[in-house]
Amino acid sequence: MEKQVGPRIPFVIEEGAVRQFALAAQMKDAWNYGPGSVIPPTFLMSAAMWFPPGSRVSSGFDRARLLHGGQEFVFGGDPPRVGDRLTAQDRLADRFEKTGTTGGRMRFAVVVTEFRRAESEEIIAESRATYIEREART
Amino acid sequence: MTLDVGSTLVVREFGPVTLEAIVRYAGASGDFNSIHYDEKFAESAGYPAVFAQGMMQAALLGTAVVEWFPGASVRTFGVRFRDQVWLNDTLCCRGTVTAIEPTDGGSVVTIEVGVTATPGERVVLTGAAEIKIPDGSTN
Repeated sequence: MEKQVGPRIPFVIEEGAVRQFALAAQMKDAWNYGPGSVIPPTFLMSAAMWFPPGSRVSSGFDRARLLHGGQEFVFGGDPPRVGDRLTAQDRLADRFEKTGTTGGRMRFAVVVTEFRRAESEEIIAESRATYIEREART
Repeated sequence: MTLDVGSTLVVREFGPVTLEAIVRYAGASGDFNSIHYDEKFAESAGYPAVFAQGMMQAALLGTAVVEWFPGASVRTFGVRFRDQVWLNDTLCCRGTVTAIEPTDGGSVVTIEVGVTATPGERVVLTGAAEIKIPDGSTN
């Protein structure tokens, strides 16, 4: 059966990783990121780096036909900061199909990643990814 | 700057997009889908060339949001990817205030956001964000 919920993966929001991300995001003050800095808004995407192989929930879509349809972040409470210890956990939130404007069948998968404080287990952020698989060309 | 509903934020421009910028984002995010930097793989998947990660555009927009609201904290940030971003595209991040609501110790500003790519003025990303601005901030 398809894996619906992945394991909780612990990680630390590292200063160097945040600076590299801020540089990639072309922030002018990327070098000012240090202990206690609030992370860039989409930094939690890089949680991908802390998941060991096989611990993510996958859309299962063909990589050549895969589109990233959308991405949403919701933050609650005190925002994640450099130095925070968190856990990340994926779950498959939804799967559905639609017919595209050109009549092709498109498959959708929504994967939610939940971020908690490692100690209190309080959920402080949620990331929601919508993936689309285009129909195979014939 | 005084914000009101309908206020437009200063357009933030990025680019032109280079392969280096795409590879740098791949390294920083851990997203190594080779469709974004391996021309042969992109062509075999039916694309004319490599194209930037959607999340690279989203990260650049995130930078614009942080610059628009220094010291504020992002509560929600949601985007939809509308079109590919190609090498040498220039990206313009735009924002318009759609709501301002008082909250504990400050206000929450809702903005509608978008990214367009030139040449062609293509809309490549649309979305919205909510930002909490503490009382006494200069925003």
